[in-house]
Amino acid sequence: MISQTFKEAVTAVWSMVVGLKVTGKNFLLPQITVHYPRQVVTNLDTYRGHIELVAKDENPFAARCIMCGQCENNCPSGCITIESVTREIPVETPKEPAPGEEAKPAPKPKKVKELTQFLLDYNLCSLCGLCVQHCPVDSLRFSRDVYLAGYSRGEFEFELLEMLKKRGKK
Amino acid sequence: MPDMNALLAGIPAELTRLILALVALMVFIGLNGLALVWVERKVAGHVQRRPGPYEVGPFGLIQPIVDAVKLVAKQLATPAGADKFLYWLAPLLSFLPIFLLFIPIPFSKNLVGLDTNLGILLILAFAGLNVLALCLAGWGQNNKWGLLGAGRAVAQSVAYEIPLLLAVLAVSFQTGSLSLTEITAKQGAWPWQWNIVVQPLAFFLYFICAVAETNRAPFDLPEAESELTAGFHTEYSGMGFGLFFLAEYANMIVVCSVATVLFLGGWQGPIEPGWWWFLIKMYALLVVIIWFRWTYPRVRFDQLLNLNWKWLLPLSMVNLLATAFAVKLFA
Repeated sequence: MISQTFKEAVTAVWSMVVGLKVTGKNFLLPQITVHYPRQVVTNLDTYRGHIELVAKDENPFAARCIMCGQCENNCPSGCITIESVTREIPVETPKEPAPGEEAKPAPKPKKVKELTQFLLDYNLCSLCGLCVQHCPVDSLRFSRDVYLAGYSRGEFEFELLEMLKKRGKK
Repeated sequence: MPDMNALLAGIPAELTRLILALVALMVFIGLNGLALVWVERKVAGHVQRRPGPYEVGPFGLIQPIVDAVKLVAKQLATPAGADKFLYWLAPLLSFLPIFLLFIPIPFSKNLVGLDTNLGILLILAFAGLNVLALCLAGWGQNNKWGLLGAGRAVAQSVAYEIPLLLAVLAVSFQTGSLSLTEITAKQGAWPWQWNIVVQPLAFFLYFICAVAETNRAPFDLPEAESELTAGFHTEYSGMGFGLFFLAEYANMIVVCSVATVLFLGGWQGPIEPGWWWFLIKMYALLVVIIWFRWTYPRVRFDQLLNLNWKWLLPLSMVNLLATAFAVKLFA
């Protein structure tokens, strides 16, 4: 009984020495934090920031987006607003029909939808990723800007198309 | 100026020495407070694999000075319903006796404020005043956490003072003196001539009690942040808190200095004895105390008292009796 108590006490004291060893070892090991203004985090593969548009392979200024509106409809926070215009591209008018031939009906002008604005109100976004999942042409992805910061709400209302064009210039 | 000379000659040499010592100690305590804050934060940082303070000045060395300036510049607020007199008396009462604790400590052969033959008794007697200060602070501020912290401080300090005294007494029995200078002189230069070799248990007990007496982790129950916000100094702002803080660090230095003198040979050391050996040993003990803080979690209150009454007190009693027996037998 008494020897048991003393044995326990010795074990307890030894455990404290082990604790000192652990902290002592960590004291001597190199630091694992990143000194932010001087160093930045490099491994960002798993970081999910706000969404951004993906450019077409052949044109870095145009998004892959087909303006289907899936992202806008599926967003639970309602933070995406897409605006597009439909432009008519005049098709070459056929040559004057040869005499005797019946005149062909003039072909309809080609209609092209063009993305004019992709508004993201990042203040409302919950980063659920439904827009990225639903995009049929993989035109959306998460950005990797860990150090995004601002002073007002207005700074988090993004125009993604403009940002894409800026990126394209770089 | 014959008058001036006569006047100066009238001042007793002992008084001049005491005043000089007090001024020097004020500087020593202040600078040490700053240095230890920095060391504490650096050790904390490195133990947790972070850099610690590094923005202000090289290696963050200016950080404690900037913190001190902030503390001094802060408003001294007195909470409503507080006992004003006791509330402001407490930090002063905590800090002022510190000087008395330093006076009999021999930093080197002649570097001692007052070489009294009851040095250790003086230190132990005035160290007890700190408990009164914490008690008044907790009571005077009319705050439940403050009061709880003060209650804990009293229970803890009273309990841990006993084994501390008994451990010190064992060394005194062995040397036959209460004078710190004499205890130092009786030890040799090399580690195997120090008292720690003869009294390892007393050193162990003394060190545990010293950590508890200075309210340092893992025995920092009077100021337990997680349950009592800041315990006895919850309501203090600015230099009111600053004085408690400085007193805590100064108390740490005192207990480490006494440990150095009693167990580690004081200023004696290999090759060239002097104050540097004293400071090396003292700072090594301080770093160990800081190391403790960043290693151990806070003990529960019942564990704290169980440890004291069921282990430290009987062990120090046995140690004292064994020492007395050995002294009688061999001396």
